[in-house]
Amino acid sequence: MNQAIDSTAILPELILSGTLLLVLLADAFLSPNRKWLAMPLAFLGVVAALVATLTLIGEDRTTFGGAFVVDEFAILFKIFFLSVALVVLMVSFRYFREGRFYQGEYYFLLLTSFLGCLIMPSSRDLLMLFIALELVSAPGFLIAAFRKSDPRSNEAGMKFFLIGVLSTAVMLYGMSLMYGVTGSLNLSQIGAALTAPLEQGKETLALAAILFVVVGFAFKVSAVPFQFWAPDTYEGAPVPVAAFLATASKAAGFAGLLQLMFVAFPAQYEFWTPIFAVLSILTMTIGNFVALQQRQVVRLLAYSSIAQAGYMLLPFALVSADPIVNQDAFAAAVTYILIYSVMTLGAFAVVIAMARESRGLLITDFAGLSRRAPVIAIAMTVFMISLAGIPPTGGFWAKFFIFQVAIERGGIGTALAVVMLVNSVVSLYYYLAVPKQMLFVEAAQERPVLAPALVSIVAVLATVVVLAVGVWPELLAHFPPLSTLVGG
Amino acid sequence: MTWENSAITIATLLPIAGALVIALVPRDAEKAVRALGIVFTGAAMVIAIAIAIDFDYSAGAGLQFELDTAWIPAISARYHVGIDGISLPLYVLTFVLSFLCAVYTWRFVPEPGKTKAFLGLMLLLETGMAGTFIAFDLILFFIFWELVLVPMYFLIGIWGSANREYAAIKFFLYTLFGSIFMLLGFLAMFFSSDIGGAHSFDIVALQGFAAGGGFSDTFQLVVFGAVGLGFAVKVPMWPFHTWLPDAHTEAPTIGSVLLAGVMLKMGTYGFVRIALPLLPYGAEKYAPWIGLLAAIAIVYAALACLAQKDLKRLIAFSSVGHMGFVMLGIATLTSIGINAAIFGMVAHGLITGMLFFCVGSLYDRYHTREIAQIGGGLMQKLPYLGGVFAFVAIASLGLPGLAGFWGEVMALLSSFSPAESLSTPLFRAFMIAGGIGTILTAGYFLWMLQRVNMGTLPEKWKGEAFPDILAVEWVSWTPLLVGIVALGVFPSLLTEVTQEPVDALIGLFGF
Repeated sequence: MNQAIDSTAILPELILSGTLLLVLLADAFLSPNRKWLAMPLAFLGVVAALVATLTLIGEDRTTFGGAFVVDEFAILFKIFFLSVALVVLMVSFRYFREGRFYQGEYYFLLLTSFLGCLIMPSSRDLLMLFIALELVSAPGFLIAAFRKSDPRSNEAGMKFFLIGVLSTAVMLYGMSLMYGVTGSLNLSQIGAALTAPLEQGKETLALAAILFVVVGFAFKVSAVPFQFWAPDTYEGAPVPVAAFLATASKAAGFAGLLQLMFVAFPAQYEFWTPIFAVLSILTMTIGNFVALQQRQVVRLLAYSSIAQAGYMLLPFALVSADPIVNQDAFAAAVTYILIYSVMTLGAFAVVIAMARESRGLLITDFAGLSRRAPVIAIAMTVFMISLAGIPPTGGFWAKFFIFQVAIERGGIGTALAVVMLVNSVVSLYYYLAVPKQMLFVEAAQERPVLAPALVSIVAVLATVVVLAVGVWPELLAHFPPLSTLVGG
Repeated sequence: MTWENSAITIATLLPIAGALVIALVPRDAEKAVRALGIVFTGAAMVIAIAIAIDFDYSAGAGLQFELDTAWIPAISARYHVGIDGISLPLYVLTFVLSFLCAVYTWRFVPEPGKTKAFLGLMLLLETGMAGTFIAFDLILFFIFWELVLVPMYFLIGIWGSANREYAAIKFFLYTLFGSIFMLLGFLAMFFSSDIGGAHSFDIVALQGFAAGGGFSDTFQLVVFGAVGLGFAVKVPMWPFHTWLPDAHTEAPTIGSVLLAGVMLKMGTYGFVRIALPLLPYGAEKYAPWIGLLAAIAIVYAALACLAQKDLKRLIAFSSVGHMGFVMLGIATLTSIGINAAIFGMVAHGLITGMLFFCVGSLYDRYHTREIAQIGGGLMQKLPYLGGVFAFVAIASLGLPGLAGFWGEVMALLSSFSPAESLSTPLFRAFMIAGGIGTILTAGYFLWMLQRVNMGTLPEKWKGEAFPDILAVEWVSWTPLLVGIVALGVFPSLLTEVTQEPVDALIGLFGF
C-alpha cells in the first residue's frame, strides 16, 4: 500500500544523496588538475546536511512504515557522523590530491558510506538495518583497495570484502530466523513479541537468531574472535580510509547494536549478556596484548581500536532487570563512542601528517618529532594519553563512566571493571611508545615535518576537545543520557 | 567569589596558568622563562603563606576556606575544596618546595635543556600535588592524584640520567596500577553510601556516614584493601616500594626533590584523610598488618642503604625507611601516632628534599654519584657543601634538636601504647624493630658521611676547580635549613596546627 514519505524526516539523507551524485557528476566534467574540487563540494554538501539535521532537533518523526525513526538517539548519532565526515574529508584532501588517486570516485564512495552511517541510527527495522549496514560497508570495501598499485591495499580490500560479506550473510540468516519466529521485521514489534513467553522450539530459534545477528555485528565492530580482518585492512588501506573505518564504520556498527539489543532484544538479556561479557573480555585482552608487539604505527592504532571496541562492548554485558542501570549503561556506551572517535581521529590525523615521511610508518619514525614538529607531537601525546585513559583527558572520563556503571551493576560488573582496569594499565605501555619516541629520543634528521594545513587544524581541534572534555566532561556527557533508547 | 572561598583554588591553579603562559614565551628567552617560573611559584607560595597566616588555628578541626560547587552532575562529583589543620602543613610545604625548586632552576637546568617544557611540567606537577591536599570530593582527589603521573613521567624520562626510560615507565605503570584499585574502592564507597537518600563522593559527608556505621564490616575490609593498596604503592610501603629507588635515582634533581618531598606524602595523607576516617573498621583490622609492613620497611630500608654504592639510591632507600616511621605512627591509630606521622611527613619533606638538593649539586660538580668515585674529602674540597650535607644527613638520622627527631620519637612512643583495640605486645615489638632501625639508620648515614665527607681527597679531584655553594643554592636552601632547625627546636609550631583535627579524627571513631 502506498504511504506518504515524510521528507522532512529524511532531509539530511536526501541532501547527502544529492551531494554524492553531484560529486560523481562533477568529477566527470572536471579537468584532471581540477579534480580536487570534489572535496569542497562534498564538504559543502555535508555542512548542508548537518544544518538540516540541526533543524530536526526536538522532533520525533517516523516514516517508511515505522522502519525509519528520527528521535534524539538518531539525531545525536547523525550529528556525530556528519561531524566525523567533515573531519575525514579534511584529512583526506591533501592525501588523495597528491597520491594519484581517483578523487571524485573516492569522495563519492566515502559519502555513500556516510549515507549508510546516517541511516543506521534511524533504522528500527531489520531490513533497514541491513540496508544501512551494507551501505556503510560496500563502499568501504572499495576505498580500502583504492591504492590500486599497492598489493597490500588490494589485500586490504579483498580481506575486508570477503569477511564483510561473510558476516553479512550470517547476520541476514539470523534476521530471517527472527522474522520467522516473531513474524515482524520492526524492532519494537520484535521486542514486544519476544517479551511474551514463547514455546520451546521458538525460544531456541529466537536465541539462535540473536546469536547470529550479534555475530554479524561483532565482525563489523572487530570484536575478538572476528577481528582478523581489521589490522591488515587498516594497514593496507590509505590512511584516511583507515581513520574512517576506525571511527565512523565502527560507530555505525555500535549504533546498530545499541538499537538491536535495547529495542528488539532487551527481554532476552539473560542469554546475551554473558556472550557480550566474553566478547568484551576477549577483545580487550587480546587487542591490548597483541598491540604490545606492534612496531608499525597504523597496526598499533588498529589493535588499539580493537581493544577500545572491547571497552565499548562492556556496557552491553551490564544489562539487567534494573532500568536505571540499563540507562546508565546505554549512556556510558554512547559517551565512550563519542569520545573514542575524537581521540582516534586525532591520532590518525597525526599519522596522516607523517604519512609522507614513509610508507608503512614505524613507531621509530616518530623519533625526535618534538623538535621537528612540536605542535603535532604534543597533539599526539595528548591523544595517546587519552586513549590510555589518564586524567585530565577525555579518555579518562569515557572509561570512568563505564567503570561507574559496572560497579553500580555489581556482580559480573565488578569483575569486568577489574579486567578493564588491568587492561588499561597494560595498554598504557604501548600507548606511551609513540610519545616516548617523540620526546625522549633524538631525531635521526633535523628536517622539520610540514603537515598539511587541514590536517594540522584537525589535530589541534581534536586536542582542544579532548582536553576540554577532560576538564569538563559535561561538555559531551550531557547529551547521551537524553538520547536513551531504554524503555522507562 | 570572595577571598575566603577562592584563595586555595587560585593558589592551586596558578601554577597551571603559569605553565600556559610559559608555553607562549619564545624558546630563546631563557632568562624570561626561568624568571616566569620563579614568579608564578613565588606568587602561589605567597598566597599559600597568606592562607596559613589567615588560618584560624583555634578552629583547626573544621574546614576553612571552603568552596563547594557543582562540577560534573552526570556522575554526582562536586568541586569541594577546603583546608584544615591536617592539610595545611602539607599544602604550604608543596608551594615552598616548588618555589625553591624554581629558584634552583635559575642556575641549573639538566640535560637536554628545553627549559620551557621543564618548567611547564614542574608547574603542572605542583598543581597536581597541591590539589590532592585540598580536595574533599573523592573524584576531585583522584583527578589531582593522577595529574602528577604524566609530568613526573616526562620529567624522569626526558631529563633523567642513564636508565631514565626504564625508571619512568616503571614509575608510571606501578603507581597507575595501585591507583586503579583506589578508584574501584572510591566507586564502591560511592554506591554503598546513602546520604539523604542519594549517593555521594563527598569526603566530609562520607565521613559522617561512616561514623554512623553506614558501611558494613566486610565491605570495609575489602574496600580498605583496595584503597589501601593504591595509597601503599604511593607511600611507598614495603613490598610495593620497588619503583622508588629507580625513579628517585634516575630523576633530575628537582624531580627527586618534589618526588621525595611532596609526592610520597600524598600516599600517607591519603591514609589519614580517606582510608582511616571513611573505613574505620577496616583500619582497625588492617592496622597490625600496616604496622608490620612499616616495621619491616624501617629495618629493610636501613639494611639496603648500608649496601648502596650510589649516593642518590642510598637516599632514595632512606625515604622508604622514613615513610616506614610515618606509617607506623598511622598504624597505631592514636592521636600521638597520627601527629607523629604528619610531623614526620613535613620533616621528611624538608630534610630529604634538602638531601636531594645536596646530591644534585654534588653531581653537578663531580659528575658522578658513586661513593667510591667521590672517594672522600668533601669537607676539604668544598667545606660549605660538605658542612651542609653533614648537617642534613644528621638531621635525617634523627638527631634531637633537629626536625627528624620528633617524627621518629613520637612514632615510637605511640607504638609503645597503641589504640585500645590493637595488640600492645605486637606494637611494642614493632617499636623495638623501629628502634633497631634507628640505630641502623644512624649507621648508614654516618658511614656514608665518613666515606664522602672525611678521609683524603683522591688525586683526580685535587686539580678540579669546583665552586663551593653558589648564591642561588644558598637562596634555595636556606629556608629549608632554617625550617629543619626551627621544627627541631619548636616542634609545637607544627603540632599545634595538627593537634586539634587529629584529636577530632580519633575521637570520631574511638579507636
